[in-house]
Amino acid sequence: MAVSTSQDVAAVPAALAFPPVSAGRRFVDRFARSIIAIAFAVALIPLISLLWIVISRGVKMFSWDFLSTDMVGVFGDMTSGGAVHAIVGTLLITGAAVLISVPLGLLTAIYLVEYGRGPLARAITFLVDVMTGIPSIVAGLFAFALFVLIFGPAYRAGLMGAVALSVLMTPVVVRSVEEMLRLVPNELREASYALGVPKWLTIIKVVLRTSVAGIVTGIMLSIARVIGETAPLLITVGMMTRMNTNIFDGRMATLPVFAYTEYSKGGVGIDRAWAAALTLIIIVMGLNLIARLIARKFSPKFNR
Amino acid sequence: MKQNRGIRWGSIAVAGILALGLGACSSSSDATDPANTPDSNSSETPNTPSDDITELSGNLAGSGASSQEKAMEGWIAGFADIAPDVVATYDPQGSGAGREQFLSGAVQFAGSDAALKEEEITAASQRCFGGEALELPLYISPIAVIYNLPDLAAENINMSAATLAKVFSGEITEWNDPEIAQQNEGVELPATSIIPVHRSDESGTTENFTEYLAAAAEGEWAHEPSGTWPIESGQSGSKTQGMIDTVSGAEGAIGYADASRAGDLGTIAIKVGEEYVPYSAEAAAAVVDASPRAENATSNRLVVELDRATTASGAYPLVLISYSIACSSYDSQSDVDNVKAFLTYMASSEGQARAADPSVAGSAPISDALHAEVQAAIDGISLAG
Amino acid sequence: MLTDNPPKVSKRPAGRDRVELFASGNKGRWGSRIFSGLSHGAGIFILIVLAAVAAFLVKEAWPAITAPTEELQQISWFKADSLMGYIAPLVFGTLLSSILALVIAVPLSIGIALFISHYAPRRLAQSLGYIIDLLAAIPSVVYGLWGALWLLPILDPVFKWLTNNLGFIPLFADYQAPAKNVLAASTVLAVMILPIITAVSREVFLQTPRLHEEAALALGATRWELIRMAVLPFGRSGVISAAMLGLGRALGETMAVLMVISPGFLFSFFLLKPGQHQTIAANIAAQFPEASGLSVSVLIATGLALFVFTFLVNMAARAIIARRKDFSGAN
Repeated sequence: MAVSTSQDVAAVPAALAFPPVSAGRRFVDRFARSIIAIAFAVALIPLISLLWIVISRGVKMFSWDFLSTDMVGVFGDMTSGGAVHAIVGTLLITGAAVLISVPLGLLTAIYLVEYGRGPLARAITFLVDVMTGIPSIVAGLFAFALFVLIFGPAYRAGLMGAVALSVLMTPVVVRSVEEMLRLVPNELREASYALGVPKWLTIIKVVLRTSVAGIVTGIMLSIARVIGETAPLLITVGMMTRMNTNIFDGRMATLPVFAYTEYSKGGVGIDRAWAAALTLIIIVMGLNLIARLIARKFSPKFNR
Repeated sequence: MKQNRGIRWGSIAVAGILALGLGACSSSSDATDPANTPDSNSSETPNTPSDDITELSGNLAGSGASSQEKAMEGWIAGFADIAPDVVATYDPQGSGAGREQFLSGAVQFAGSDAALKEEEITAASQRCFGGEALELPLYISPIAVIYNLPDLAAENINMSAATLAKVFSGEITEWNDPEIAQQNEGVELPATSIIPVHRSDESGTTENFTEYLAAAAEGEWAHEPSGTWPIESGQSGSKTQGMIDTVSGAEGAIGYADASRAGDLGTIAIKVGEEYVPYSAEAAAAVVDASPRAENATSNRLVVELDRATTASGAYPLVLISYSIACSSYDSQSDVDNVKAFLTYMASSEGQARAADPSVAGSAPISDALHAEVQAAIDGISLAG
Repeated sequence: MLTDNPPKVSKRPAGRDRVELFASGNKGRWGSRIFSGLSHGAGIFILIVLAAVAAFLVKEAWPAITAPTEELQQISWFKADSLMGYIAPLVFGTLLSSILALVIAVPLSIGIALFISHYAPRRLAQSLGYIIDLLAAIPSVVYGLWGALWLLPILDPVFKWLTNNLGFIPLFADYQAPAKNVLAASTVLAVMILPIITAVSREVFLQTPRLHEEAALALGATRWELIRMAVLPFGRSGVISAAMLGLGRALGETMAVLMVISPGFLFSFFLLKPGQHQTIAANIAAQFPEASGLSVSVLIATGLALFVFTFLVNMAARAIIARRKDFSGAN
């Protein structure tokens, strides 16, 4: 919203609070404007360069082959091989994290908005806020410690990564869904109660339906937040050169870890790392786009 | 009311987690029960390798040193050509993790930059169903001392171990220091200041490099050999790539890395006896042959006590040996066959040549004499019981 | 506006739903009970998870906390006199790099957010907003790659100039190429948290009540006076919480720092000197792969320290925001 302020300030009667725009005030205004514009330009340089570098270096290796082959039998300075195993791993692990954290986050948000009163709700709100600040590596350590305790030190599985990611993801889901549920006007709920609809059905069929667009956007954004996490996956699921589709057993490759390990190998690995980064950004962009489409499709017909 | 229910739910969940944990604990201790196999049996058991390697199948999991990663990728790819149904994997998690996983039975073989410790040797006989651990020096790789002086005309700069120690401990700060100049007659050294770079993470490369400095620098290196760089502060990089990036990032920087990663950077020729030896695969293999075995080495554990201060002509004592660790006996025939076939391939001249390719790992192929010993140990792998 | 949804509900085919809808009999009550139980359970489960995170970290860190120093010093990278002595410089490095990142990022973010919300033409503002949102979702490992391979060479001449001209201030003394120091790490972190802070601040600025703005304009305020008197006071608590969000991410950031800094374990304010600082998260990621046994416990203990610190920072942030809210009068 750019405020439409082509008002002629000089025309305001002098009797008002501000005297006519003096040279000093005009200077301050110009000065602030240029400072803000400069800040904007300065900040945009690294951000644009980031996108540019990733795209320009990423396309070198980026190809259908890269998206459809794994790293089995690739060694030395061979330029073949790709990231399909990592793409699949990322999707599976993130998917599992979604399966864990979306129901959990959704129900918690419902609790907070529709049921929550008193100290418990306050405690949950507060701790969810705190949880948004859990460092990703700590989440990884938690998942590692949890599974090591249950299955012994050698156990590695995609599920560990999914648990770590859901620790990071759940609070984001709770926060964004909560915001969306609070936007649903109370009149809708009351109208539903007036028709004799029980509370739980009102929540499912009125509150959730009304806010589904916002909820989907929130979930997509939370996915985008965790899909690029490297550190927790590095210490929980490790790395593989081949495809593993069983998230309950064995290491899995994931795109961020793939990018990091390929970078660590040097040589052509660095090209692969950029290509993996590009793939990751494309996936995130795709999710963003889907979120926007869904939001548009479902967005409430009434104007708030 | 609400809170009461909450607490009850919570305690149920906690109890569940505890129960799971306890169950898992008891089952895992069962799994590591030692098989009661007398040691003497294993070496006498006749070999029953499958006649045809191509018919082998199953999973063969390894884990360990990241130094071996590139060579291992090459070996796994090569092994897949001759035994396509064996799914061999190697997880470059690090030496310590690899040894730990091997001892817990999670993987069939491990790669490690350090030999097994005493207590690990004891633990290994349990893990190996009464057998012994095999430690085979199959990956011998020269470590290059790399520097970034793009305008230098000479191919190598000569330095003695003592000079290197002074450079890395910050006593010599300029490239044209008289001590360096004296060893490099005819080379025009720039007046650039020296930026020593070390590895910031714990690594076998650092351990071997500090071991070399401690042994060969005639007392100029005041620190114990260690996997972590002993001097605080200064430039450093995480993993080999971080090291390469850091050295490449500033003119005058000097560091150490696996020789195959040196790339365009210059390398130091180190003083051995009276001559200066640049790194090469042959020179690295030479020092291994010239070195004695460790005191507790056996015919299965071919642990080499590298003679860092060697004066043998043409030897390059700054090398890293990464051992392949396996068992002398396994409880399943397929493990026996797979491990045997894979190790045999790694040790074969074909396997060693593949790893030696500069584009793969640039390692030094083992000598024929060592190969014979390694092969004898591999042939001893047998079924437990 | 209210007529769209509820009728849809009642238009569902006759049958079970309908009975529930209008009779709200036993089934409805059961449904309510189950549903409310589920959502209660979810809320409580979150509390349990958080408690479990703390509990597991404590449990796994315990061997390191109780181990005698001699045993800890067996670990090759453990050179401190005690566990606290090991963790303290890490905490210092973590805080220093994050706070520096905030100092760089917050003013810039406010600038971009104001530009988008109050200066840029509407269409440009929209597409800029989209780009910023997209950048907020870029994985941190990409920032690390970008920082290590692209940014460091560019920072080198800047830092050289700083140390040559301002080197008499200890902060900028003793620069050594390449630019792998805490200031470079903070720059990468700042770029990384810029989009998040910007995105949140922009939302807040856009929500400035129109009436406030129009009132200011009607009084003859210039654009800057409008921002200073209406937009910034209204957005202050939002900007603070955005900054805290950014701080949270910077505190826990791993890969970007790992790939950019030459670590060291000192309490040092030499921002340009290499090998002075290290952050907890990067240290864990660097040492974890080769760690086993007690060293894992030490690393988890540092992770616990990081957890406690983020907890405290978050609580402090909440307190600040709550107090500000009382004063802002915008709500």
